[in-house]
Amino acid sequence: MTATATAPPAPAPPPPPRHGRLYWAAADTGVMIVRSLRQVARQTDGLLIAVILPVTLMLLFVYVFGGAISTGTDAYIDYVVPGIILLCSGYGAALTAVSVTADMTEGVIDRFRTLPIMSSAVLIGHVVASLLRNTFSTLLVLGTALLMGFDPKAGPLEWLGAAGVLLLFVLAMSWLSVVFGLLAKSQEAAGGFTFFVLFLPYVSSAFVPTDTMPAALAFFAENQPITPVTESVRALLMGTPIDGSLLPAIAWLTGITVVSYTLATTLFRRRAAR
Amino acid sequence: MNATAAAPRARAAAKAVGTGPAAIATAGLRKSYGAVTVLDGIDLTVRAGTVFALLGPNGAGKTTMVRILTTLLPPDSGTAAVFGADVVRTPEAARRHFSLTGQYAAVDELLTGEENLVMMGRLNHLGGAGARRRAAELLDRFDLVDARKRRVRTYSGGMRRRLDLAISLIADPPVIFLDEPTTGLDPRSRRAVWAAIARLVESGSTIFLTTQYLEEADQLADRVAVLHGGRVVADGTPAELKDGMARTLVELRFAADDAYGAAAALLSGPDVRAEPESLVLRVPGAGDAAQVKHLLDLLEAHDVHISRLTLSEPTLDEVFLSLTDPAAHHSAADTNQDAT
Ligand SMILES: Nc1ncnc2c1ncn2[C@@H]1O[C@H](COP(=O)(O)OP(=O)(O)O)[C@@H](O)[C@H]1O
Ligand SMILES: [Mg+2]
Repeated sequence: MTATATAPPAPAPPPPPRHGRLYWAAADTGVMIVRSLRQVARQTDGLLIAVILPVTLMLLFVYVFGGAISTGTDAYIDYVVPGIILLCSGYGAALTAVSVTADMTEGVIDRFRTLPIMSSAVLIGHVVASLLRNTFSTLLVLGTALLMGFDPKAGPLEWLGAAGVLLLFVLAMSWLSVVFGLLAKSQEAAGGFTFFVLFLPYVSSAFVPTDTMPAALAFFAENQPITPVTESVRALLMGTPIDGSLLPAIAWLTGITVVSYTLATTLFRRRAAR
Repeated sequence: MNATAAAPRARAAAKAVGTGPAAIATAGLRKSYGAVTVLDGIDLTVRAGTVFALLGPNGAGKTTMVRILTTLLPPDSGTAAVFGADVVRTPEAARRHFSLTGQYAAVDELLTGEENLVMMGRLNHLGGAGARRRAAELLDRFDLVDARKRRVRTYSGGMRRRLDLAISLIADPPVIFLDEPTTGLDPRSRRAVWAAIARLVESGSTIFLTTQYLEEADQLADRVAVLHGGRVVADGTPAELKDGMARTLVELRFAADDAYGAAAALLSGPDVRAEPESLVLRVPGAGDAAQVKHLLDLLEAHDVHISRLTLSEPTLDEVFLSLTDPAAHHSAADTNQDAT
């Protein structure tokens, strides 16, 4: 009882940090990014899907459905490529949920939390890795599309704009996935979220114009974020007027990012106190 | 060899004289989950440089205790401090003094053993070169050099645990928490992990470990506390505890009634349990060679033939029973007497 009252000095005080907080926050986040990237690079099944999914979808939409779908544009491939890019990068971002759930349920997180680091660096690591991974898979989709006759009309500024919207999209979807990853009790449950994300583009203007859908579905499609995002990317790449879809797209994506980020950090802290 | 070697030596000296600062101290620690009270007022002091074992069956609250001490879980009430740093009020200060190896190996399956160690070294702010140097040392020390370039996914349970222990040493923390370090391992891996823990002890660290196995606490710990019903029901050196505990039973089986009867007369005592129907006598004691030899000599001197001799260790359940209710193993006899 008396022992608790008098606090003895620690025998081996750690050396005072030579760098500031910000330096270590950046360094720790860097370590976590490398960790996440290694995990991604070594999950062969995940990598295979990342390559096979876009290529298969492209072939399917352009050659199988392409003849039957009338979009009012000259070539269906020019219409559908932005949608396939979003589908693939959205799915890729959603896989973040599975990685986060794995970390939260497998004991790794307890060890990270007892380190002298800002432990949410582990979340940032997953999100940044997701951005890099999806940049790669988007380039892959684009490459395949160009080979199949995709004929973009964008100038340098439009390309930059499209890249910006896509990055923001992946950022938003990745943080949203982190939230689901933190909520999920198992990796299987987290995997369910990826299906939800995979499904969203189908009820948007990604593959068919919304005016071909039944009224209720069209209403949903027109008011969900995938539609303005697809329209923006399509307009930027094909050089068509952007028609007021850019602002809603950016508003949606920024909103999702801010809300998800806030929710994720709050949930992360709360799960610490379980 | 380096500057950090001085601290372990100082702690080893403290251990030798039996006094030292409190590495871990708790007072009145309580924690409930809903209506279930898991910890019901825990007061513990662990001296620096010693190995402390928290012994309890599955669900006793060992992991809960470790999570509170390692700042992962706030207690409902009470205080806990690691080298004077309160785990609730100053968790960041407390974290500088310990490392945690949780109940489930917290290693990255997709990374190699070496990558795991270097990563944890970097996260402990040893710098790139420092982390690589430390990783090489620890791989060597924990017998993982050959496996260092292999992904942890291919490791056996024992190898994972050794890697886990190596990681816990990466920043040379004064206190190491090990939550059930050998649960789920086969006997051979268990021994290898024991040897690895013994090596942690040599480095002079204070070790707080939890276990379900009496034998493990006995092997590794300077002091043992038994957690039962949310309280510490016994606390002392392994030798002190075993004195108050159920003991090993020497089980003697006889082939004939007369041999059984003769032996029962020779060995009669308050603790001997007799089973006339199956011709078995159970004699409590140390269970060592001296006791067995004494028994055999005694019976042989009287020409009594034993058909079979077996030793049975007390189960943890019996230990808890004898600790929570010291009269328990006499109670059957007592009630018989009351009834007559
Ligand atoms: N998050 C939780 N919610 C509800 N009950 C819990 C939780 N964690 C542990 N418990 C309960 O607390 C008790 C002690 O658990 P634990 O500390 O894990 O025991 P041990 O590590 O000794 O096996 C168990 O009955 C367990 O079911
Ligand atoms: Mg446990």
